[in-house]
Amino acid sequence: MTALPDAHGPKRSWWRANQQRLTPWLFLAPGAFMFAVYVIYPIAASFQFSFYDWDGLSPKTWVGWGNYAELWGDRNFIISLKNNIIWLVLYMLAVPAGLGIAIFLNQTVTGIRIYKSLFFFPFVISQVVVGLMFTWFYAPNFGLFFKLTEWLTGTGTAVLANPEYATYGIIAAGLWPQIAYCMILYLTGLNNVAPDQIEAARLDGARGLKMLWYVVLPQLRPATFIAVVVTVIGALRSFDLVSIMTGGGPFGQTRVLSYYMYEKALSEYGYRMGYGAAIAVVLFLIMMVFITGFVWKMVRDERGR
Amino acid sequence: MFPRPIAQRSQAAQWSYAALLPIALILWLLPLLGIAMTSIKPASDLASGNYFGLPTHPAFENYWSVLFDFDLWRYIRNSFVVTIPTVIGAVALSCLTGFALGTYRFKGNLLIFFLFVAGNFVPFQILMVPVRDLTLRMGIYDTPQALILFHIAFQTGFCTLFMRNFIAALPRELIEAARVEGVAEWQIFWHIVLPLMKPAIAALSVLVFTFIWNDFFWATVLTTSADTRPVTAGLSSLNGQWVAAWHLVSAGSIVAALPPVAMFFLMQKHFIAGLTLGAVK
Repeated sequence: MTALPDAHGPKRSWWRANQQRLTPWLFLAPGAFMFAVYVIYPIAASFQFSFYDWDGLSPKTWVGWGNYAELWGDRNFIISLKNNIIWLVLYMLAVPAGLGIAIFLNQTVTGIRIYKSLFFFPFVISQVVVGLMFTWFYAPNFGLFFKLTEWLTGTGTAVLANPEYATYGIIAAGLWPQIAYCMILYLTGLNNVAPDQIEAARLDGARGLKMLWYVVLPQLRPATFIAVVVTVIGALRSFDLVSIMTGGGPFGQTRVLSYYMYEKALSEYGYRMGYGAAIAVVLFLIMMVFITGFVWKMVRDERGR
Repeated sequence: MFPRPIAQRSQAAQWSYAALLPIALILWLLPLLGIAMTSIKPASDLASGNYFGLPTHPAFENYWSVLFDFDLWRYIRNSFVVTIPTVIGAVALSCLTGFALGTYRFKGNLLIFFLFVAGNFVPFQILMVPVRDLTLRMGIYDTPQALILFHIAFQTGFCTLFMRNFIAALPRELIEAARVEGVAEWQIFWHIVLPLMKPAIAALSVLVFTFIWNDFFWATVLTTSADTRPVTAGLSSLNGQWVAAWHLVSAGSIVAALPPVAMFFLMQKHFIAGLTLGAVK
């Protein structure tokens, strides 16, 4: 079909005929451009760099799968990977813990709103500050936690100086804001649980855990989904706390992939960008397993609308 | 309502709930309270072993000292210099992308949308080497622009997810009616959709402000000098200088945490609306 020329001339009418088709692309252009330059391209470039030996300045040398072969035998890489799994598993505690606190706070007594905001507080604070707080909490000789263990067992434990416990100490610090996040998700979810279903179930004699499991939790599924997503991502992104609290120590026992990658790529002992990129690729692939799952579910929900 | 409202329970249950609430809160915020208390203790208190008691006198000079003797104020300023343009940029770009993806049906719409969503979840480390390299080559390494540009681009992913869902939920009749009237597409955006997006813009602004203010990783990767480093990275380097001078570390931590905390309490409703997007059907 040819557009008839109208009073505004042919150019304008062409725009008229096509503006609905073209407008979305014009609106997308700036955001998509930035996103392509700073997110999509770097992902591809990291894959490429991981096949090179490169200090960031001098020309790159192709090493093929060399960096990956080296990873395989790198003890520190294995420790980081193992710690990432510990993080992932223990971080999941944030979901039920957040639900627990949300249920505890889902009341209508006076002042409850202030309580809810104050419980949420840790999430608003920077992880750097959270890390410093917990470092103080665990500090040898005078830290509250040290005193507590001293009082309980006779000898105090300096968590962050102990290669066996340090990772758990950092994870506990990370759980604090993460639980707060899950809590707020569940509080919003609980606010929207259909009251008539609860009442009906109550008349049928459901109460306590049974009610929670069979009536409330199914209605909280969207909140649970988001809580799981943000918790998985949070666990694998853990960098700030490790960096602030232990710097990977003692004896490199608290490294995680995100931190080890940074160390390798930008450490004082010479930049190994290619090797760092290879670590990043491994972390990315692990994350992709989860991301694909999440996005898959979101696409299904979107289509089902 | 779940659980059963406490008001319907026995008097004893109500009393114990009222007693339990503040105890639980104090336990929950113990690390924060400890730091707050330590931040107003004079150094002599810590030296003499007064770690848990009240300060012998409130030492607000700790705050003065971290801000001006150790120049923490500079890092705070740097954080504002990075955070404010990022918020404006990311929110503006995502208003556009969100409108495009939320209003129009075209081939590739869902694909682009989910690229934004997925990009938002990737680990920072996969971007680190190329972004740092790109920043160096653009000649903006160790400047606020380095952080601003990256943050705008990365936050656009999350913001697009948010804006698109918000716009998709607006009544379509509004847009259809305007089209019938012959209103141009960009005018539909400007005069009809944008005014309705105010709550979304407010929610995203506070969220992005908090995310960027609290960013530590990119601050350490893309900046090095005291004139550009944001407060998170600054606090981390000061922490190295202070070696367990806990009254200073605490005061510094409190100062660094203050702006997002103030933002949260001032805009609480928007903040929570933003974070819990999608938590209810």
